[in-house]
Amino acid sequence: MSAVTTPARDRSAGINVKLVNRIVIYGLLALFALFYLMPLFVMLVTSFKTMDEIQNGNMLSLPKAPTFDPWLKAWGETCVGLTCAGIKGYFWNSIKMVVPAVIISTLLGALNGYVLTKWRFRGATLVFGLMLFACFIPFQSVLLPMATILGSLGRFGVTLQNTFGTSFGLGNPTVNLVFVHVVYGIGFTTLFFRNYYEAFPTELVKAAQVDGASFFQIFRRIMLPNSMPIFVVTVIYQFTNIWNDFLFASAYAGTGDAMPMTVALNNVVNTSTGVVEYNVNMAAAMIAALPTLLVYVLAGRYFVRGLMAGAVKG
Amino acid sequence: MSTVATSQIKLTPEEARPRASVRSRLQDALPKIVLAPSFAITIVFVYGFILWTIYLSFTNSKTFPSYAITGGRAYQRLWNWTFDTDPPSSWYTSITNMGIFGFLYIAICLALGLFLAILLDQKIRGEGVLRPIYLYPMALSFIVTGVAWKWFLDPGLGLEQTLHQWGWTSFHFDWIKNKDFVIYTVVIAGVWQASGFIMAMFLAGLRGIDGEIMKAAQIDGATTFQLYRRIVIPLLRPIFLSAFIVLAHLAIKSYDLVVALTSGGPGGSAWLPSNFMYEYTFKRNEMAVGSASAVIMLMTIVAIIVPYLYSELREKPR
Repeated sequence: MSAVTTPARDRSAGINVKLVNRIVIYGLLALFALFYLMPLFVMLVTSFKTMDEIQNGNMLSLPKAPTFDPWLKAWGETCVGLTCAGIKGYFWNSIKMVVPAVIISTLLGALNGYVLTKWRFRGATLVFGLMLFACFIPFQSVLLPMATILGSLGRFGVTLQNTFGTSFGLGNPTVNLVFVHVVYGIGFTTLFFRNYYEAFPTELVKAAQVDGASFFQIFRRIMLPNSMPIFVVTVIYQFTNIWNDFLFASAYAGTGDAMPMTVALNNVVNTSTGVVEYNVNMAAAMIAALPTLLVYVLAGRYFVRGLMAGAVKG
Repeated sequence: MSTVATSQIKLTPEEARPRASVRSRLQDALPKIVLAPSFAITIVFVYGFILWTIYLSFTNSKTFPSYAITGGRAYQRLWNWTFDTDPPSSWYTSITNMGIFGFLYIAICLALGLFLAILLDQKIRGEGVLRPIYLYPMALSFIVTGVAWKWFLDPGLGLEQTLHQWGWTSFHFDWIKNKDFVIYTVVIAGVWQASGFIMAMFLAGLRGIDGEIMKAAQIDGATTFQLYRRIVIPLLRPIFLSAFIVLAHLAIKSYDLVVALTSGGPGGSAWLPSNFMYEYTFKRNEMAVGSASAVIMLMTIVAIIVPYLYSELREKPR
């Protein structure tokens, strides 16, 4: 769509009106840019200030003597609940949870999308519809049964531990969260790949089939090499969602050493004991936000495309 | 890939596979075998669990699940609480907040998103810089958003304090500590986070509109305002629908934002049904009531999403 210009009835007046228009438009755009940047800016400058400066200074002023201490303290010393070892452990918890969950759910989504578009069978649309709807349920409606199941698996894990000396990961909160995120992420990943493969020429698949290529050969040799964009989109989407999740994290790993980053951050901020160290809180929040922000900065285009694909389906 | 495309030998499937041996039958079933685990997982862990939750809502489970059906007492209580306004029950507060939050969140995000998209579509220099600025909040978690805005809106530290220091000492803004207004701070933070994304959706829609239509309307003497009102906005209707679905879905699921921004607000005054469900199920040992509220949330989503999905999946029959 092209920009809208005023018809040039009166040239000089037209140019003036146009100029005023431009100024108003740019002014508004800049104002909104401020609105979106303000909280991040405040968070960032606060995380580099000393407590003295925070209590006596202005929220918007730049730090007079920038200090990196709050970041170090947030990373290595601050108290989460009763443990005072910083948030670094919880950061790694999140990584340990996110990486397998993203890989597994993305691969399953790719296979599902491939089957649902290139190997159609009766009822494929119904299957897809059922999986798609699962993306939209409020997770509150499955929260409690899942907690019960994870609880029994955990008890079973203890039995295994006593008998065989290993619990095979049953009852481990991180493993539980990986499982939960895979289960409730499959719908989205399948949606992404299905819509992408829908536009992929079926003739190629047919031709390969005629040549005797097997199901997996076609997937590996034909589909995968052409799926790079959608892999990037899906991985980013899953990564952001799982990293940012709070509901599952607080329900299934809400206490103890296995907390993911989001839960730990919430605990740090809402700890009411002692003096509230705002600079440390803000540094912790920045650390929690950095991975997803980084992904957004590096691959913003794909990030937006993923969000859109989740919204406007083909 | 190219090697596949160039092979033009035509074989009928029968020639390629002379007999249906066990192996080839397995080959035929392979796609379904591959899909089966995901589908089974969905059936069990989504639909099975939903049924389980519905079942629990008809029991009198407290701290632990109990499996003797005792009727719809949980729903009865929710129903009674719906009209408990003096003092308002937690449930009454939750659903009223849901109404306020849902309406304002969706309306403001749509309006602001459309407005920014139209502004950005005026051949703006620096669009490449502005767009990511509007959009980045979507990459943050609700928790981080909540922490940032909690600080920003805190009367003693944030905006109010800053304006006081600048000399506007009568400025007063303590919504985040005020039980009647705390839900509006959730709206502010929510809009801040999602409106940029809605802007991107509208912008994509605007870019997809045929320039010829616009030109024709301009030649006919339509003013800019008329152009947008009569032509552009009606053309964007599908985007409105998608954006509405996304926002409604986000609104009903919002849980983290309330927790991080307000810790539930004074006396639970910022609760949404999702918070109500969590608190009653895991903290107040009223599992049946929590389950019943989850069922009500689910029904609300179903009422919005199912017609949408149905029409989307039907539009492109194969």
